[in-house]
Amino acid sequence: MALEAVIGLEVHAQLKTNTKIFCSCPTAFAASENEQVCPVCLGMPGVLPVLNKKAVEFGIRTGLALNSKIAETCRFDRKNYFYADLPKGYQISQYEKPICLGGYIEVNGRKVQIHRAHLEEDAGKLVHAGAAGLHCSDYSKVDFNRSSMPLLEIVSEPDLTSPEEARLYLTELRNILRYIEVCDGNLEEGSFRCDANVSLRPVGQKELGTKTEIKNMNSFRAVQRAIQSEIERQTALIEKGERIVQETRLWNEAEGKTHPMRSKEEAHDYRYFPEPDLMPLTISRQWVEEVRKSLPELPAQRRQRYQSDLGLSSEDAAVLTETKELSDFFESSLALEAPAKAVANWLIGPATAYLKESKKEFCQTALTPQNMADLCQAVSSGKVSSTIAKQLLLDLMAEGGDVAKLIESKGLAQVSDEGPIKAILQEVLDKSPSQLADYASGKVKLRQYFFGEAMKALKGKANPQVINKLLDEMLPPVAAG
Amino acid sequence: MSKSQLIGRTIAELHSLIKAKETSCLEITEAHIEAIEKGDERLGAFLSYTFDQARAAAAHWDERLSNGEAVPLLAGVPVAIKDNMCEVDTRTTCGSKILENFVSPYRAYAVEKLHEAGALILGKTNLDEFAMGSSTEHSAYKVTRNPIDPDYVPGGSSGGSAAAVGAGFCVTALGSDTGGSIRQPASYCGLVGMKPTYGMVSRFGLVAFASSLDQIGPFARNVEDCALTLLAIAGHDKRDSTCLSQSYRDQHAKPALTKAFIQEFKSRSAEENLKGKRIGIIKELIGDGIDDDVKAPILKAAALLEKCGARVEEVSLPHAKYALSVYYLVATAEASANLARFDGVRYGHRNMDAAELHAMYYATRNEGFGAEVKRRIMLGTYALSSGYYDAYYKKAQQVRALITADFHKIFENFEMVVSPTAPSAAFKFGAKSDDPIQMYMSDIASIPANLAGLPGISLPCGLADSNMPVGIQLVGRPMSDASLLQAAQGLETALDLKLVAEKIKSN
Amino acid sequence: MISIKDVQHVAKLARLSLTEDESRQYAEQLSRIIDYFDELKSVDTEGVEPMSHPIAAVNVLREDEVCPSLPREVLMANAPLRDGNFFRVPKIGE
Repeated sequence: MALEAVIGLEVHAQLKTNTKIFCSCPTAFAASENEQVCPVCLGMPGVLPVLNKKAVEFGIRTGLALNSKIAETCRFDRKNYFYADLPKGYQISQYEKPICLGGYIEVNGRKVQIHRAHLEEDAGKLVHAGAAGLHCSDYSKVDFNRSSMPLLEIVSEPDLTSPEEARLYLTELRNILRYIEVCDGNLEEGSFRCDANVSLRPVGQKELGTKTEIKNMNSFRAVQRAIQSEIERQTALIEKGERIVQETRLWNEAEGKTHPMRSKEEAHDYRYFPEPDLMPLTISRQWVEEVRKSLPELPAQRRQRYQSDLGLSSEDAAVLTETKELSDFFESSLALEAPAKAVANWLIGPATAYLKESKKEFCQTALTPQNMADLCQAVSSGKVSSTIAKQLLLDLMAEGGDVAKLIESKGLAQVSDEGPIKAILQEVLDKSPSQLADYASGKVKLRQYFFGEAMKALKGKANPQVINKLLDEMLPPVAAG
Repeated sequence: MSKSQLIGRTIAELHSLIKAKETSCLEITEAHIEAIEKGDERLGAFLSYTFDQARAAAAHWDERLSNGEAVPLLAGVPVAIKDNMCEVDTRTTCGSKILENFVSPYRAYAVEKLHEAGALILGKTNLDEFAMGSSTEHSAYKVTRNPIDPDYVPGGSSGGSAAAVGAGFCVTALGSDTGGSIRQPASYCGLVGMKPTYGMVSRFGLVAFASSLDQIGPFARNVEDCALTLLAIAGHDKRDSTCLSQSYRDQHAKPALTKAFIQEFKSRSAEENLKGKRIGIIKELIGDGIDDDVKAPILKAAALLEKCGARVEEVSLPHAKYALSVYYLVATAEASANLARFDGVRYGHRNMDAAELHAMYYATRNEGFGAEVKRRIMLGTYALSSGYYDAYYKKAQQVRALITADFHKIFENFEMVVSPTAPSAAFKFGAKSDDPIQMYMSDIASIPANLAGLPGISLPCGLADSNMPVGIQLVGRPMSDASLLQAAQGLETALDLKLVAEKIKSN
Repeated sequence: MISIKDVQHVAKLARLSLTEDESRQYAEQLSRIIDYFDELKSVDTEGVEPMSHPIAAVNVLREDEVCPSLPREVLMANAPLRDGNFFRVPKIGE
């Protein structure tokens, strides 16, 4: 029996507003515990929530970017349960009427469907003392700085079919959220958290199998590995004829497998009911349009444009739009009249390689769009060879500077005068009689040798076209046969 | 001026005396402190006193007044606040052990407004635990006695505030009203008590019982003082999302409640205040379930309204009989969530012996909450729980909509409705504590106004066979608080009762 | 009708612990109250929107501006147990 995986992802994105969702505490990084709290986010007696307009705006923004329907009316509900990090004993969330419905993200040319997105508040943070984790700890400590931080929970349909696709969905979702500047999208720091729902079913069956929920995946790679591990675990069970238990499982990065959460308390009865302390939201289509107008071009739109207008390949377009900064840089360079294909090649090739090697983010490099435009100009005008230009690019990324000045100060200008090149070539030919003889007898590959030696002698600054032209003139004819 | 001459006064009287320099804020304060020290041990109105703070505030206002500043609305007026409203530098217990030592670092909006208006807050008053009750017998700390007759309950849940005003310990007091907790004690103690339109007074700093029903409101010995106190505390507060915006008030509160409006209706005759008013008498609340000795003074008062030129006709609130069920489902559901924050983690009582978090929750809440609170929390939790939500909570909210629609239908042709405030006059201690439903029945006439968010006022209109006061209730259209007070003034003038004033003098 | 088991379940959801006697007592009292609620069954509520708020306001929003609050010491002054700047709680079991 062939089985297929059915995967759904729930992402909690922390919104980049200045203040929390229901109180005016700052959201900026706090230096110490319980420093950014107030009676409201501490759940003290007699206090009341007041909704942050920006959080709603970011919800609308995200919904538009995900091609969702923005609800005409939505409201908040209380989700009731007891835990040390939940000050009121309930979380204010949206259950029945979320702010966004439906939508999709393009992954690998396919539209992965989104079920809904809703606003809610975050809980505080627990630190378990005396042990590595929850179990066996002696006591716990609570920090409420994170309490009431604004979250947008984005739930996909069970529409993903492989761990890899799941990872691609997440990277694109994160990319979109960063493009529209609603979320930092940092999985490791917790501003972007992901849980997965995984089930298997026989290929062709419409009904879903029993699903398990996987939590505690702290990187995109972990998500992929965890889902893979779960698929394997479920496959093995099914093949043995055993049933899948609906449960929540925690991913253990070190062990490379999931474990069931120690206590699957009888499924929580959250007793959702409409939040009486908050009034409903009616989102006018006018507000939606205003937000829509303020949206930047999205990754998918840019990729489309790069292909159709600039003639770039879909792979190149994908790499260029991987991050907003890279893509914005590309745009800025083009605005300075740098040629698209050239810039694309520089960014996709040497620049990306440099970032990987130096483990830097693009914004941490010193390269400017002006540099890029100047560099392309220098190459196309023959001022420097492309080999030199590549080194220049790396230098600019590392230390910055001005292209013209660097060419001058480092003496990188390409030599295009035939005179000096001819002289060097003559020297090379003169000191390589046997190679010359071999060449004449038919080993044409040796042309590369002469080329290389000449270039070496000219410290890489010779104009390759000129070398070739002179070689054509200066090399002996090749014996036929 | 002797101290006792300062007790039992109205705000207007105190202000004349102050303006005439025959007394000072401090003198008034000391007089009331003395009255409290003499009588509160017996009465049990207060849970804590804030005498020094009041003295300091009084001295401060005396200085400002002597510099020629205008007399603010409640300058020199001793007041008390129910102990479910947060005030700084004193405890806020909500009548519960779970908050026995809780000192709030912030003030409730209504309390801030009292301070701004020059009022002198003498202390926090007793209540049924977390405002859940109709007799103040459910306080975890003490019992409060009815100032008219100590064998009788003062009503609840704001029994302490009612008793304090009724005994002359203060001039006005704040209570909270979720199902009648201001109006019913007002009627039991022979006072004026009002619950404003929902959203008129900010709930910030009022420890929530049922969020969509709670409102803060005043107790007083006359309508004018009730109106002035409401004026002082009403207003937009951006910390409460359910509090109406200023522009909404400007648009919908017509006439607006202002000092001038109050002075005007105070100066008018009963006929001038009542003539032409269309008042409906709710037949479902004047029939079965209402004691005969309550019906009689109500009907007499209704006749008096007509004599003053109002048009009084019978109206029907067809879904009235379901109000009790609706209330005890909606209020307890909201309360079950509102009281979940009392878990011993960040403030309040914590059981320190429990070795594990959830065990700590159980022990803490077990020790901290009384039986009535537990009962209501369980009821509310049940109403919201899986499998029961639709049949109970959702159904109740739907019937709530029907009750509200019933009112709006009546208000198409009438400006206000009248009914008894409670089905009986005050009862004796212990008379209803065995049967929760019996106790809940005390609220059948007051609950509908909370469900629909309408303003409601109770004023004394006579005596029951037991010689305990009977209260008559007027409920008006949303935002009609000023008109309602005007009509209440008309009725007060016409009735011309001096129950409480006489009682205070005789003490 | 609410059974003793229901009462214990509901008590658990609300983190209230009841003795056997209390469970029985509450079951009795709550049953009577809940039975009283059955009268609502006879009300026709077809198509009636449940009423969550007694006022019709919508879109009550706040600007995204930081407002400094009270100092940590003041806000933690009522804490039953602290660990430095943390609120301390017993270890978390189930």
